[in-house]
Amino acid sequence: MNPVFQGLLTILIGVGGIFAYFVLSNMLLDKVLFPAKGPNASRNINRANLIRPWLFLAPTIIALSLYLVYPVIGSFIRSLYNRSGDQFIGFGNYSSLIASPDFRTAFMNNVLWALFVPAVSTFLGLVIAQLTDKLSWGNIAKSIIFMPMAISFVGASLIWKFVYAIDPNLGIINAIRASMGLNPLDVLQLAFWNNFFLMAILIWVQTGFAMVILSAALRGIPEETIEAAVIDGANPFQIFMKIQVPQVTGTIVVVWTTTTILVLKVFDIVYAMTGGNFNTQILPSYMMQFMFRDDGRATAVAIVIMLIVTPVMIQNIIQARKEMR
Amino acid sequence: MATLKLTNVGKTYGGTVDVLNDINLDIETGELIVFVGPSGCGKSTLLRMIAGLERITQGELQIDGRVVNDIPPAQRGIAMVFQSYALYPHMTVRDNMTFALKLAKKSKEEIDAAVSKAARILQLEPYLDRLPKALSGGQRQRVAIGRSIVRDPKVYLFDEPLSNLDAALRVATRIEIAQLKETMPESTMIYVTHDQVEAMTLASRIVVLANKGIAQVGTPLELYERPENEFVAQFIGSPAMNLLAGEIVETGPRTMVKLVGGGTAIAAVETQAADKGLKVNVGVRPEDLTSVQDGAPYIFEGKVNITEALGEVTLLYFDRVGDNDAVIGKLPGIHKGLRGTSVRMTAEPDKVQIFHNGQSLHYR
Amino acid sequence: MDNIVGKKTGLAVAANLTVAILVVLWLIPTIGLLVSSFRDRDAISATGWWRAPFSTEQTFRGRGDTETVTQDGALFILTGNVFDDPEVAPSFPDGPATISAFGTRGNNPGEYTAGTTADLGDGEALLINADGTYRYALPEDPGSRGPRYYIQAKTPPKFTLSNYETVITAGGMGQAFINTLTVTIPATIIPILMAAFAAYALAWMDFAGRSWIIAAIIGLLVVPLQLALVPMLQLHNQVGIGQSFLGIWLAHSAFGQPLAVYLLRNYMIGLPRDIIESARVDGGTDFQIFMKIVLPLSFPALAAFAIFQFLWTWNDLLVAKVFLPSGEATKVMTVKIADDLLGSRGGDWGILASAAFVSIAVPLLVFFSLQRYLVRGLLAGSVK
Ligand SMILES: Nc1ncnc2c1ncn2[C@@H]1O[C@H](COP(=O)(O)OP(=O)(O)O)[C@@H](O)[C@H]1O
Ligand SMILES: [Mg+2]
Repeated sequence: MNPVFQGLLTILIGVGGIFAYFVLSNMLLDKVLFPAKGPNASRNINRANLIRPWLFLAPTIIALSLYLVYPVIGSFIRSLYNRSGDQFIGFGNYSSLIASPDFRTAFMNNVLWALFVPAVSTFLGLVIAQLTDKLSWGNIAKSIIFMPMAISFVGASLIWKFVYAIDPNLGIINAIRASMGLNPLDVLQLAFWNNFFLMAILIWVQTGFAMVILSAALRGIPEETIEAAVIDGANPFQIFMKIQVPQVTGTIVVVWTTTTILVLKVFDIVYAMTGGNFNTQILPSYMMQFMFRDDGRATAVAIVIMLIVTPVMIQNIIQARKEMR
Repeated sequence: MATLKLTNVGKTYGGTVDVLNDINLDIETGELIVFVGPSGCGKSTLLRMIAGLERITQGELQIDGRVVNDIPPAQRGIAMVFQSYALYPHMTVRDNMTFALKLAKKSKEEIDAAVSKAARILQLEPYLDRLPKALSGGQRQRVAIGRSIVRDPKVYLFDEPLSNLDAALRVATRIEIAQLKETMPESTMIYVTHDQVEAMTLASRIVVLANKGIAQVGTPLELYERPENEFVAQFIGSPAMNLLAGEIVETGPRTMVKLVGGGTAIAAVETQAADKGLKVNVGVRPEDLTSVQDGAPYIFEGKVNITEALGEVTLLYFDRVGDNDAVIGKLPGIHKGLRGTSVRMTAEPDKVQIFHNGQSLHYR
Repeated sequence: MDNIVGKKTGLAVAANLTVAILVVLWLIPTIGLLVSSFRDRDAISATGWWRAPFSTEQTFRGRGDTETVTQDGALFILTGNVFDDPEVAPSFPDGPATISAFGTRGNNPGEYTAGTTADLGDGEALLINADGTYRYALPEDPGSRGPRYYIQAKTPPKFTLSNYETVITAGGMGQAFINTLTVTIPATIIPILMAAFAAYALAWMDFAGRSWIIAAIIGLLVVPLQLALVPMLQLHNQVGIGQSFLGIWLAHSAFGQPLAVYLLRNYMIGLPRDIIESARVDGGTDFQIFMKIVLPLSFPALAAFAIFQFLWTWNDLLVAKVFLPSGEATKVMTVKIADDLLGSRGGDWGILASAAFVSIAVPLLVFFSLQRYLVRGLLAGSVK
């Protein structure tokens, strides 16, 4: 069969299948089980409305329970077993993790990432959002800053590998050093600072996201408050800091937490750039290192990651419940 | 076409927050009932309970003798016009109007007939193929009304339909609604507003809501002339009715009250001998006050603090009278030079109300 | 804001300048890769990509042509043109260039200026003119192996599509492209449809347990998906889905749910309550209200999420490696590039770069054509 045709057919089956589920299940509910006709019309409508939310939610709930809830619980249980999974060792994996200097390095690096990346990308995003809003070519600038979002982390790593290359004829950093008469330097092996060179990649990718959302938020601020501040004699910097930023704190928090969560999930950058060598390991890539080899440890690391995000998660839930009517 | 009966209807949110208690109300076919009350008193809640958008937590609602507590909105035979118009922004005016009919699987002829009739009544014919965003506020409002007309409902529900319009348009649309009602004498309408002018001009009967319940039900003039309680007395009419504290000194078919500020008021309200010495509030509307010459009996004497000349009337704001520092008088015509002077005011006995514990003695 | 009297121009200049610097910083890495993808291997290792658009001084080496040897007294004379040298000629496909300097030692290839005769001692002398003609005088017979010389010449900037040819014609790339589409299109549409229904239920339907489900979904936003790979693959194998397109659709759809439901619910809850209630009074069931009112009105949010999900599934390597069989017939582009190109030609920057651009071309296209929806959808979804 022609691959294009085969592809089209599979696409049709997949998309058609889910669509058919929603249409048919609702038809069954409204036409067959509880028809909105006859003497019991009202009772039937009410009954149908009791069932319908669950029809709507069923695919999502099933997918989430299978693909996320079950693995989390399963992983927790798995993390209590040894390498081959046949012997229960309680929190043995966790204590050996804590004892391992590699884990401690990864943990500390991750803390660094979780503090630095969200802070810098949110800050840059905010500044760029504010500055570009007033420029005639602001939208072009925004598109350029946002562009890395379209590139995979592996692609981004590749791009930056090029920037960081030792050969002064490849890497622009070393080219600049060479032009100043300095010796070539492998920034990825530079103790401690190499972490920041890796973070730069994620910041490069993520700033656009912060910028887009914050620029939307900034534009949502009532113009009158800014005009009032102008009349009150505030300078642009004061207006930004004292009038605009306070009005978008909610959005800043959202951007910050979203980025924090991302930081704790992205393993690709470290994986592709250094493979975790030169003390650049972070938890997600550390976990990948054990995956398929020592699943007991790998899952224990995953659970640790989840524990770290828990406060952020709880804060998010509280926030969402507050907003609920 | 329809009667409504509310029996002990109440609304409690989340099991703890009481918003409405014990609402009893009978609405006849062809009436235009207006719910008024201060903002947040539960007008919308009551209307939405009638619509079926909000569950009735206590009591019973009947439409045409049938209990509809558990009937979904679409099955109640009602149509609703929202304050925000709630037009479907992605549908043309025509699609907005036919949406309900299409959902009800009406025939094409029926739909076309209903739409062209509504469009004619509301002068929407030129706009049928526009999107709502290409209409002015007043036109949008008419589409919202048209959308309910095409369904030919038993009961029309309006939730502050005019409050998003500017003053001039509001008056014009108010008159249109009154005319619309006249062309459909059989239809029952319930209209929510916080604007008492709308209430007075449109209503066949007004329901004043306050303190989680009904303060009074009556025709506009009943509410104006014989308010049942101080709340209604002060809520209806602008500026609000003056209330002056005093004590009953003479009873009978007419009652005389000696006021704290020194004057006396005679009211055409019947009282018993036992009422003598009762502490009461005398209510008199600013527009019923007239000035009197020295020597004649007066209700109060007050120093005019501020005057506002509105042209056809002049408002007098009095300095403290008795223990009330918000007494207002409204004299026809222009009165210069009253400011700073002391004036004695009185009123006809049948324009004077007496309240005891907030309730009018007239209704005992 | 823009019309306020007496705005300071200094500030505007500073803003322009700052943004310009940031934009350049942001662009440099990508441009570097883009330029490199059009250069061949030698050019990349010879000069930095930032010099690619300019003529560059490059060093070439060749040997004196022993066929032309003539004897002049005790000296053996070699003559000819360096541009005819088989070692040099391929670097100058467009004909001779101008030689600026020459030398005889690799560590000092530009010792003598072109047109001057270099006295190398013992009667040995070399003259190379700017046009490439040379005269090499040797005291001994060179035999069949001519003496080495080095020249420095300006080469014009040179770009090539050969890297792209290599990447695109690599066996099965067309199939991989179709496979990627087969994965990404359903893996974008299915989760959106699922999430849209769920988001509507969570935003506008009243039922017991609603707030708990919302809380759970927000909680699941933070689960690292690596966790799910192993157990889910096992489950797929047990229920007979195995490694297949169906399996990867299910996986992508599930992994995308938390963010999708979260974004879409936030958007839908911002739709005017009156409109939805009005539709309810008009007699719509929730299914009809959803299909006819909420879905069309949620278009920006749907588009925003669709873009995200598309980018994510298109760029995904991990899930594809785990949930799709490894055979040629089902390889997607990321896997193809990672395994076939990066693996075997890891050192070839030109190939790497063009591979990277082949794989990000579609996402970039999608992104730039749809970004205004992305912005609008995100705006409603997260600005609260
Ligand atoms: N979902 C809710 N939960 C708790 N209280 C509510 C809710 N909705 C409305 N209320 C309260 O009910 C009261 C009546 O509201 P409403 O009927 O909208 O007043 P209005 O007369 O201005 O239309 C208000 O005090 C409001 O705070
Ligand atoms: Mg209201």
